[in-house]
Amino acid sequence: MIRTLASALALYSIWLLLSGMFVPFLLAAGFCCAIAIKLFSRRLNAIAEETEVLELNWVKLVAYYPWLIKETVLAAWDVSKRILNPRLPISPALVEFAPSQKTDLGLVIHANSITLTPGTISVEVEHGRFLVHALTEEGALSLAGSEMDRRCAELEVV
Amino acid sequence: MNMLIDILSGVFLAGGAFFCLVGSIGLIRMPDFYTRMQAASVTETLGAGLMLIGLILHAGLTLVAAKLAIMGLLILLASPTSSHALAKAALMSGLKPLLGPRGSKKEVPPSKP
Repeated sequence: MIRTLASALALYSIWLLLSGMFVPFLLAAGFCCAIAIKLFSRRLNAIAEETEVLELNWVKLVAYYPWLIKETVLAAWDVSKRILNPRLPISPALVEFAPSQKTDLGLVIHANSITLTPGTISVEVEHGRFLVHALTEEGALSLAGSEMDRRCAELEVV
Repeated sequence: MNMLIDILSGVFLAGGAFFCLVGSIGLIRMPDFYTRMQAASVTETLGAGLMLIGLILHAGLTLVAAKLAIMGLLILLASPTSSHALAKAALMSGLKPLLGPRGSKKEVPPSKP
């Protein structure tokens, strides 16, 4: 019950943020919409019963994002240089390696971060096995036991 | 001060446009599907990111800036997910990636789409 109310409230605050018009009609309409969506999604059972609470090391997560953005910018710069180089110096590789995360959430964050970084795309994601396509061989070889792997593992609460 | 912010946001917008262009050039130059996706990710990270920063600077501390920030967050979460789904679907339907350094004997020809 508390969770239902909390998520309806979250939906309502998103409505307020996106609408930005605080006239009574729209405020009331938003409130009704939030309640209706909540009821529909319950009926559709869209939100699974065992909804997991996001258990993460939030302090580490706050530090993780700036680092990830920095890495992304550096990787994007590297890929841009390769694109603009007339010789197109790429050596695509498919590489398989074992990530060190234990939880689903940790694996998802790691796989998402790999894909976000230009030059690498995670193709298959399973427990203990990632299949990654990389634009260069160096990029492929640096994936296993990388700093990203270590940082993602630190985010987990086991 | 306003002038400074305008110039700064212009610089970010121009930078974003530049990286969108680079991503598009890469899309044309790259040899196969997977490497093209790699080029496209330049557009969706640096291209879109710099443009959003430029627009947020332009909007100032308004609701529009908050919406733009939400868009940035959405791109950060959704674009890798869709890239992953696309790459996985391609591999599962049997599209073999081109591997090895370019022009070498090791190079495997791309499979037919």
